[in-house]
Amino acid sequence: MNTESNAVRETPLESQLFTARAIPATRVFCWCVRREFWEHRLIYIAPLAAAGLFLAGFLIGLIHLPGKMRSAMALDPAQQHDVITQPYQFAELLLMTTMLIVALFYCLDAMHGERRDRSILFWKSLPVSDLTTVLGKASIPILILPLLTFAITVVTQFIMAILSTLVMLGSGVGSAALWNHLPLLQMWAMLFGHIFGFHGLWYAPFYGWLLLVSGWARRAAFLWAALPPLVLGFGEKIAFNTSYFGRYLEYRFSGHPETVVYIAGNLNTEQLPHLGFFHLLSSPGLWAGLAVTAVFLVAAVQLRRYREPM
Amino acid sequence: MACIEARGLRKAYQTTVAVDGVDLRVEEGRILGLIGPNGAGKTTALNAILGLTAYQGELRVLGREPWKERDLLMRDVCFIADVAVLPRWIKVSQAIAYVAGVHPRFDRAKAEGFLAKTSIGRGSKVRELSKGMVAQLHLALVMAIDARLLVLDEPTLGLDILYRKHFYDSLLNDYFDRSRTIVVTTHQVEEIQNVLTDVMFMNRGRIVFGCSTEELESRYLEVTVHPEQAVAARALKPMYEREVFGRRILLFDGLDRQQLEALGDVRTPTIADLFVAVMSNQIGTAQGAAR
Repeated sequence: MNTESNAVRETPLESQLFTARAIPATRVFCWCVRREFWEHRLIYIAPLAAAGLFLAGFLIGLIHLPGKMRSAMALDPAQQHDVITQPYQFAELLLMTTMLIVALFYCLDAMHGERRDRSILFWKSLPVSDLTTVLGKASIPILILPLLTFAITVVTQFIMAILSTLVMLGSGVGSAALWNHLPLLQMWAMLFGHIFGFHGLWYAPFYGWLLLVSGWARRAAFLWAALPPLVLGFGEKIAFNTSYFGRYLEYRFSGHPETVVYIAGNLNTEQLPHLGFFHLLSSPGLWAGLAVTAVFLVAAVQLRRYREPM
Repeated sequence: MACIEARGLRKAYQTTVAVDGVDLRVEEGRILGLIGPNGAGKTTALNAILGLTAYQGELRVLGREPWKERDLLMRDVCFIADVAVLPRWIKVSQAIAYVAGVHPRFDRAKAEGFLAKTSIGRGSKVRELSKGMVAQLHLALVMAIDARLLVLDEPTLGLDILYRKHFYDSLLNDYFDRSRTIVVTTHQVEEIQNVLTDVMFMNRGRIVFGCSTEELESRYLEVTVHPEQAVAARALKPMYEREVFGRRILLFDGLDRQQLEALGDVRTPTIADLFVAVMSNQIGTAQGAAR
């Protein structure tokens, strides 16, 4: 009997010592991101598959490359540039489109899935705050997907350039013209600013909104996400015959005039926009958007706290 | 310090009151069985204790307010909810890695040890496991956490009797060590009777009965009354009377064993018997009040 009561007294002390080994918040956050990758494997499978298919197509197209280059030699430099950079533009466009589609579907499912299969009860049984979880989910479209897409695009374009060089050296045309018109490093610097700044940070309010709706809607999250903006837009038109809301949305979609919807082909050294990524960072529109995102995410955290599983 | 302390705990939904003013105190080192009919408010009360739902009234779990500090509380509290809640897409290895990653008190080797005793493959996904295996996996994860309070809400629902037996056996032998507290709800009362140190009955959002199992054994007696003693037995005011195969069985509260032995065969009632008695009286009282 005595030993028992001793044991009861000792254990809380032991537990206190044990608790001291707390896990840093950043590590918990990383695990949250990691689990999103496990759950939504599309995040990396979709862009990899798109890149793989594109490269396969490009490989087949290489047969015509020497002939194409020979006829391009006869054109003026601007047209030459267009011919050479076109496939690289396509690669970027394809991967960025893939990214946006993946981001859309990811956001619509991210907060919904765990409630649907009630696994939220498991996640909530662990010492991870709702804030950390929601931030982990939000980081996927805002940070992780852009970085991943950027990396995959860079690798894809690099493989394309190497393959083209080999083919052209082999066919005796020489690769000088190709590399003259293909400033890869500059392209990549611009691409990074565009993907990360525009599709990540500038679009953040959209992702925040989708996450919020996904946490709120019982079903048909996409419908609930699309409906309020539509109603607001048309309502404003009918009530006041204005379309500020619609125009604002369009502006958020298509970008700040200064964000420069950049495509590799339009890149000439002389028109290198001094308005790239860093300029975007100084635009109030970006910060206003991030503030709105923060509001959406805070609401999503509260929803996750209050709502019970379906 | 009490492990769980509630005063006037109340939770109302739009149309119903799920928990209606519960006062509760669970000391550390107890195994409490919370028993009640469907819709009695057990799960809601547990959800409040776990910080999963907002509530009115006062509630402290291990000195914390669950609704405000769920994530901190979950360092010391574990729970298995009433349905299989492990995500179906997760691999066994991923589940272990994740819990090890975010939980400061998770002992990975211990979890691996528990799993080694089962036939669960490390690479299989939860969706490929049988219901019983999922429960085993969840229990392995939970038992590897050095928690001070474990809450089990119908943990063995839908499992066959072998799994259920095994579940409670491992819980008692490999987990419970008197410094931990366990709160468990189940409909299979008789299976956990010998596991519990305390028992509480809940009905319509209120706690209608509560005592330790020791007290239960010393206080309540059930007598299979000899027919000729029936009138004498009834005069002692049994709390409940039922008939089994034509024999009257009367349940008494706080009477002397020797006194009752004169009336018939005396035995200690099971928790299930007591539950039926308490619940029937409840209904009787409610009907009386309605009249």
